[in-house]
Amino acid sequence: MTNYARAESPVVLTVSAASSLTNAFKEIAPVFEQQNKTIKIQFNFAASGQLLQQIAKGAPVDVLASADQETMDMAQDKSLIDVGSRRNFTANTLVLVVPKNAKQVPLGLSDLLKKNYQRVVIGLPASVPVGRYTQHVLEKHHLWQMLEPKVIGAQNVRQALDYVARGEVDAGFVYATDALISPQVQVAFTVPTDKKILYPIAMVRTSAHEKEARQFLAFMNGTLAQAILSKYGFGKP
Amino acid sequence: MDLESLKMSEAWIALRLTLLVAGCATLINLILGVGIAYLFSRKKFWGKEVLDAFLTLPMVMPPTVLGYYLLVLLGQQGVIGQFLKSHWGIQLIFTWQGAVIAAAIVSFPLIFKAARAAFESLEAQYEQAAQVLRVSDTAIFFRITLPLAWRGILAGLLLAFARAAGEFGATLMVAGSIPGQTQTLSIAVYEAVQAGQDDTANFLVLLTSIVCMSVLWVSGRLMPGRVVRQD
Repeated sequence: MTNYARAESPVVLTVSAASSLTNAFKEIAPVFEQQNKTIKIQFNFAASGQLLQQIAKGAPVDVLASADQETMDMAQDKSLIDVGSRRNFTANTLVLVVPKNAKQVPLGLSDLLKKNYQRVVIGLPASVPVGRYTQHVLEKHHLWQMLEPKVIGAQNVRQALDYVARGEVDAGFVYATDALISPQVQVAFTVPTDKKILYPIAMVRTSAHEKEARQFLAFMNGTLAQAILSKYGFGKP
Repeated sequence: MDLESLKMSEAWIALRLTLLVAGCATLINLILGVGIAYLFSRKKFWGKEVLDAFLTLPMVMPPTVLGYYLLVLLGQQGVIGQFLKSHWGIQLIFTWQGAVIAAAIVSFPLIFKAARAAFESLEAQYEQAAQVLRVSDTAIFFRITLPLAWRGILAGLLLAFARAAGEFGATLMVAGSIPGQTQTLSIAVYEAVQAGQDDTANFLVLLTSIVCMSVLWVSGRLMPGRVVRQD
């Protein structure tokens, strides 16, 4: 990174965050900056898997917030994060959504096998946590193999949401928080997952702004940030 | 080991799909691009240069803008999408045919521009001589104009093929990423990198580079001016 920042200019903290956090984080940042005038937050939103690969390839990131434990575990295994700073800061649930004007609403997962559900969008399991959660659930119910031909893979959860909102697919698996922000979709039902969907956050080990990164992490667990998260439908960790 | 060979076979499937999509797109453009270019080079009409700019737009517009246009027009709620669905039950989003349309539009200007330039640079005397000899217009086009302009068109055709094969942004938005259906080489590379599958990515990148190099090499050899000799 560049070193020309003068004493009075703010420190730019780069936060890589899961796509599902987009709206909540964009509202949290100004509140944090208000309290910490010397810090500017710069966001990088993408699927958690993509964020991990960017950091693994040396992207100058200070904080990583992923939508699942697996991605953070992989980051930990590769010594990319400061293990001591890792915390679960929020929680989410998996839901099945259909377009707002859909004629029928599925009542259970097996309804997706019916002929009127031609296309179902999920996040790509290899890099998108919501896709991985979905695959686990469908495998548990022995539906994965039968549904696979209908599956459209999305690059991140927001692309999945957009395809449902546009009516390009008949149904899609997203987070409850994503369903809340789109008026063009309706929730069919909440999909129970084996493990609770917990979002971890941690400082990236190579961060050049350790002090500021820790300030941000502390802020995320504080009441102000938690209130904004819960406004967007996120749960307590 | 098994997983690796599976990934490699997916790479070949992606290559085949890429060639299919780019091939179809180029074929469409061969007919449309050459036809419209011929019209432009021989006829005068109102708003010709404005239309030329409009037809060249896909070359300068960001692919995501184009992808969004296509998604909005061809999608379930789009004018064209609804028409196709209600009349013939055709759905283009998330199909390889949708990818062909995206690739064809993106690469159209490359053929159109090359063909127009080739037609316009022809000496009029050959066509005029044929006209004096009362050769039909169709025969003049296929036996004189097209053969004379062919080298320039072919160069544009190969560049368009390469551009179509490398299409990413618009295709990703319109066709999604379905292995064996719409997952072309460029999309497969993107996904492999995102998922941290560096071995697959390396192989795919190498494969793509070889394909691109071959196309450029061939088109370089066919470029006008390089081989043209005046005896």
